[in-house]
Amino acid sequence: MSDHAVQPQARVTVQSGAEGCTVILAGVWRITAAVPRWAAYANGEKPTRLKIEMTAVERWDSSLLLFLFEVQQWGRAHGVPCDFDVVPAKVRTLLGQLVASHETSVPLDRSENFLTSVGLATQDAWKKAREIIAFVGECVISAWRLVRLPHKFRWRDCVDEMQQCGAMALPIVSLISFLVGLIMAYQAAVQLRQFGADIYVADLVGLSVVREMGPMMAAIVLAGRTGAAFAATLGNMKANEEIDALTALGISPVDFLVLPRIVALGLMMPLLALYANCVGILGGMIVALGVLQIPPAAYWIETQSIIDLSDVNTGLFKALTFGLLIGLAGCLRGLQADRSAAGVGRAATSAVVTAILLIIVSDAFFAVAFNILGL
Amino acid sequence: MSALKRNPPHPSAPAIEVSGLVCGYGEQTILREVSFNVARGEIFFIVGGSGCGKSTLLRHLVGLNSPMGGSVRFLGAPFSEADAETRRAQLRHFGMLFQGGALWSSLTLRQNVALPLEEYTSLTRREIEELSALKLGQVGLGGYEDYYPAEISGGMKKRAGLARALALDPEILFFDEPSAGLDPVTSRKLDELIVEIRAMFGTTIVVVSHELASIYDIADRVIMLEKQAQGIIAEGAPRVLATTSEDPRVQEFLTRGTGKVPIL
Repeated sequence: MSDHAVQPQARVTVQSGAEGCTVILAGVWRITAAVPRWAAYANGEKPTRLKIEMTAVERWDSSLLLFLFEVQQWGRAHGVPCDFDVVPAKVRTLLGQLVASHETSVPLDRSENFLTSVGLATQDAWKKAREIIAFVGECVISAWRLVRLPHKFRWRDCVDEMQQCGAMALPIVSLISFLVGLIMAYQAAVQLRQFGADIYVADLVGLSVVREMGPMMAAIVLAGRTGAAFAATLGNMKANEEIDALTALGISPVDFLVLPRIVALGLMMPLLALYANCVGILGGMIVALGVLQIPPAAYWIETQSIIDLSDVNTGLFKALTFGLLIGLAGCLRGLQADRSAAGVGRAATSAVVTAILLIIVSDAFFAVAFNILGL
Repeated sequence: MSALKRNPPHPSAPAIEVSGLVCGYGEQTILREVSFNVARGEIFFIVGGSGCGKSTLLRHLVGLNSPMGGSVRFLGAPFSEADAETRRAQLRHFGMLFQGGALWSSLTLRQNVALPLEEYTSLTRREIEELSALKLGQVGLGGYEDYYPAEISGGMKKRAGLARALALDPEILFFDEPSAGLDPVTSRKLDELIVEIRAMFGTTIVVVSHELASIYDIADRVIMLEKQAQGIIAEGAPRVLATTSEDPRVQEFLTRGTGKVPIL
């Protein structure tokens, strides 16, 4: 194969005679090499008939078929009869198959009219809504089983997941929260300095981190990190029929796979949010020290004076909610995934988008609700 | 017909020459010093019980894993010891059918078959489409060109995988467990297709399988691998081996432990 280049190439010779043209094919016809085109030989003249001869062909494959097909199509278009009588039967059979597939090949029409697409989209939306309701319902039933029979719960899996979504997420949560605290403090410092209100940087950073940014940033990191992982894992398990295997054994996939994950996230999210709060405040403190020359002790006393326990609690309550939403979105999208590689990818993307959307919407809801309740 | 004789670069060389091949993953050796030849146009089976290293041998043959020792030559040219560029050129002459078909799920069947043609030939888009339809027609999937792999059955996926393997008119075709997961009728049709491909194109065919029905039906010659021996324990035509081999392991495998050649 290394001496590929010295192999004789495919050759075509056209001889004109009294009884029309003879097309003589020779050499080695390889589809991966250069293939002669009939168009290059059919230069305007119309012979009375075409005779194909291929006794000098040493080796052939589909490229020869394509050439003969081209000749045949040309002959038909120009009303020139083609004579394949001396072509081996094998080649004639294959040529027949090529002609047949050419003639019968009808492209599959996947287009729909407007009304049909609207109808299908509506049906699909309704189906998805029902799936979500059914899934949340199953999770509630499963959670009730957990309360009644806690020893039946898969604590081992839950602890593994807690390690994955909690402890393993610490570095990235630290980095993001620290930088968010730092950015907020910096922005606040520039403004507050103009009024000599430097010390209020601590109030601003402290309150917004504890009530909003700590839980929110931790949740967004976990939506990308853990929500996508849940969807990909469950999607892959679905593609491998592992979920079906559970169902066939009479084990609820929600009990076995979904609840341990949601519980793990629900337990870890408040802890991560608390941690994110501390790191965010630390970020603010460093800016205050570096830019405004406020000593850390003064910063800390100011922070303590503005934050009370209800601020921390509302933040942690939000974090718990975000955790449950991320878990639900990740597992739901994983279980809905198509059984294919692309399906798993779509499930992961959709899990992250859904989770972030739910986080922001629920946060807006909390903002209004806490305002009304005066928390 | 005689003028259509094959004219390969080294006309006398066997299609595949394997000498002293050592296969394994990482530290673990699975096969030691495996040597055999496959003649051109032969239907050659690699057989043996589960876990004996059949698929491992196949993966090492086609270069999906690098051998730990020994060499593989295809059509007289070195493969396992050649540089990456030469190997890539040689790969065009192989087709491989994976166990589950291994179709690319984001492409239609036609696009699956067309991809090797787009990669390695200078044909026009139209010609590629015609040829893909022909290949799919040859494996009995005419009319399914625009379906996605997720929309067809397991047996159809396997046939579509075969159409893709045939796309470049390979000189050597490799099959990994072609009948796994197929019903006997579909499996037999696939066997017939294999014989037909050989008759049409003179393709050399290497099959990994433990399906006795296929082995007796279509194999010209088999090698049998064994887990403990970590290598070949028998080589020959299946019926001859079944009746003449004195090795109890070969006897047991080829007669399903009954001592008689099964009537298939």
